[in-house]
Amino acid sequence: MEEISRSVVKKDHAAKVSGRSIYVADYPSDGVLTGRLLHAKTARAKMIGVELPELPDGYYYVDARDIPGDNNVNIVLDDMPVFCRDTVEYIGEAIGMLIGPDEKKVEELLGEIKVYLEEMEPVLDMRKAEKNFFEYNFGHGDVGQAFAEADRVFDEEFETGYQEQAYLEPQGMMAEIEPDGRVFVHGSIQCVYYVHNALKRVLGCGDEGVHVLQDVTGGGFGGKEAWPSILACQVAVAAKVTGKPVRCVFGRREDMEYTSKRHPSYCHYRAAVKDGKVTAIDADVIYNAGAYSTLSAVVLQRGLIAAPGIYNIPNIRIHGTAAKTNTTPSGAYRGFGGPQTFFAVETLMNHIARELGVDALAFKEMHIAKQGDLTSTAGRYHFPVPVKEMIEEVDAACDYRKKRAEYASPQTGRYRRGIGMSMYFHGAGFTGSGERDLIKAVAKLRKYSDDTVEILAANGDIGQGVRTTFSKIVAHELGLPLERVIFEHPDTGRVPDSGPTVASRSLMVVGELLRRAAIHLKEIWADGKEQEVEERFKEPDFVLPFSIETFEGDAYPTFAWAVNAIELEVDTYTGVAKVLGAWGDFDIGTPADYNVALGQMEGGFLQGIGYASIEKMDYNQYGRIRNNSFSDYLIPTTMDVPKLVCMFHVEKYPDGPYGAKGAGEVPLVGAPAAYVDAMEQALGGIPLNHAPFTAEDTLAAIRKEAI
Amino acid sequence: MDAIRFTLNGAEVSYAGSAADRLLDVLRNNYRCTSVKCGCREGECGACSVLMDGVLVNSCCVAMGAVEGAEIVTLEGYRETKRFAALADAYGQVSAVQCGFCIPGMVLASEALLAKNPHPTEEEIREGLSGNLCRCTGYNAIVNAVAIAAKEGDGLW
Repeated sequence: MEEISRSVVKKDHAAKVSGRSIYVADYPSDGVLTGRLLHAKTARAKMIGVELPELPDGYYYVDARDIPGDNNVNIVLDDMPVFCRDTVEYIGEAIGMLIGPDEKKVEELLGEIKVYLEEMEPVLDMRKAEKNFFEYNFGHGDVGQAFAEADRVFDEEFETGYQEQAYLEPQGMMAEIEPDGRVFVHGSIQCVYYVHNALKRVLGCGDEGVHVLQDVTGGGFGGKEAWPSILACQVAVAAKVTGKPVRCVFGRREDMEYTSKRHPSYCHYRAAVKDGKVTAIDADVIYNAGAYSTLSAVVLQRGLIAAPGIYNIPNIRIHGTAAKTNTTPSGAYRGFGGPQTFFAVETLMNHIARELGVDALAFKEMHIAKQGDLTSTAGRYHFPVPVKEMIEEVDAACDYRKKRAEYASPQTGRYRRGIGMSMYFHGAGFTGSGERDLIKAVAKLRKYSDDTVEILAANGDIGQGVRTTFSKIVAHELGLPLERVIFEHPDTGRVPDSGPTVASRSLMVVGELLRRAAIHLKEIWADGKEQEVEERFKEPDFVLPFSIETFEGDAYPTFAWAVNAIELEVDTYTGVAKVLGAWGDFDIGTPADYNVALGQMEGGFLQGIGYASIEKMDYNQYGRIRNNSFSDYLIPTTMDVPKLVCMFHVEKYPDGPYGAKGAGEVPLVGAPAAYVDAMEQALGGIPLNHAPFTAEDTLAAIRKEAI
Repeated sequence: MDAIRFTLNGAEVSYAGSAADRLLDVLRNNYRCTSVKCGCREGECGACSVLMDGVLVNSCCVAMGAVEGAEIVTLEGYRETKRFAALADAYGQVSAVQCGFCIPGMVLASEALLAKNPHPTEEEIREGLSGNLCRCTGYNAIVNAVAIAAKEGDGLW
């Protein structure tokens, strides 16, 4: 094990384990007003107006008319409003906010507001969308010719559902006006500068008019990437109008029903096979973006880039759209578009192998890309592709091939078993040229006269451990004890913009900037003196520049690789599947801290298994999400996957700190494909085409196939 | 109406509010026990777990009327004990704390389990913590932490 990988007690351990950490809901309420949002109850309508009850002294209502600047939340496109404009586009859209000192009274008054609107027919089905926010088309080779010359053509459709991030701490934000007039916003946030820039636009001020602090944040998983920008603007407007601190913390149902979650997908794949090999893939992908575009452009891009999987297919055509529907805006969730297309392509490969009468694993191995091969975007796999070795490691851990052969024999009786496998990557860092052209990360180290060193970076610890891993890197290079390196939660008033806490980029990109900054500081170190060093992102020389117009070049400098195997047992009487074991082998380069990295793998993998099996969320005919609580939307407990085994395979990345590369998202991505593969085997080899695959789905399949 | 008297972290207190108020809200708002987290308000997530007469309960589902005469322990009190120190150390050894929001409930669930069963098997640990949701860790580290605490804190429970 590398020295850096040796685990330490996490920087935030003592405060969190003793319950002393202050999350946004924990600040004292003295003098703080409570804000509650007035949510639309109709999926699509023209707004006519609201009629307020008489508001007692000290109670306020704010809406779009109170916004000092632009009623637009800075995300990607200019469409997401702070408070609704002249139309309502989804159930839950914020019409206004009611604010006052007593929470119960606020709730009571909120219920008395009359909303007048003219209802319109909502668009709910992404396949019948009237509008696409984004559309991309790319490929290489001659797909037409490959299909013309094919021995066999396969044509299949795949669907995946919503996934709710289900961070344990709901969304929450607080705003106050400081004595000098500056607006101070703090709360549960992944990306302080996203919030900062959104506020500037909505408040119509410059950098000097606002600052944003990340409070201790109770999980994010992507769900606190963009949504906090919206909530921050809403509470900031309320604080401006009332002149008092305003806090809004979502209830669980409000959070589950109205905030962004993983995009449901519909994929139509065609594959050409000649001489036992896949010669072409032609994929049409639709992601349900919901009512506003938010982050759908980038989510879709990542999904499309992964559409041919990890395979070297000579001819590909990829087409994808992000469809507008009158549903909650979909957004970022760990994996960010990858899980949907990996589910489709992995399942497709399994089905082709079965139809050809060959072993699925051997069939996939025949197609795996290797170092130097073209990626789907005609970039290069610059570094080793260790998947074949990882397959052997997983096989050794769980006896995959033996069990796979055993369960393939006809099974009888109530309980039936299956084991399945998936193999995939997660592109490390921002998609395309984002790091170089948009983010341009800056990180600083500041040394004080007592020779302690503070890390100044915008990345927030949301549980993934960056306060610890960043500090370890700096302490390691400077030869300091860990306690002499400080890394507090970021405040835009005092840290530079080192980019958002997303895309598995923090450690790989910003961690490397800090490593270089520490080396620099060591060179100029002067005892007892205040010193500061700064580092800026520079794209590695080997990267082939990516163009979003042509979808050509290196979409990612490198990839995290993974192989998953899941073994399950189905009770054919009840449909309930028990996961007997789940094995994940992950190449995230050098773990910056073994325990922290293992915790990321185990947590992400279990989220993926939840997504594959029990996490079912859907809307009704009015566009209302029905699974809005932990009783209706089940996430895994301690009992669901007792045997969850995660391993590391280390391929060092030369441009990441000590060889580290993106880690946070990869463990989630491949679980649905492995799970459904196992389920197919347990059900006697019937082809399945959607995830999650719940107990109800299993029972329906058993009935239909008369198993 | 008489005030509701109960013991909070060893101190006698009395609550003059409504018997229908939730213990969760009263602990957070009236006694500043902010280690008690609100994750769902409907008894599903376990983030608001406290010990009531030694039994783990979801404080969001306990009406103050039921608290009369009870002994309530939150992490604010429990963190002063040797048992807590053993658990905190074990959680730290395996980095079982990620975002931390479920952790006060998890620690109290660990205590409730070990108080009843000082040497639990892995399966018993999983069952003992099954009412507390964690979205970050995948639970392995937390389960390991409880096993370590049981071993290293031998004699404390």
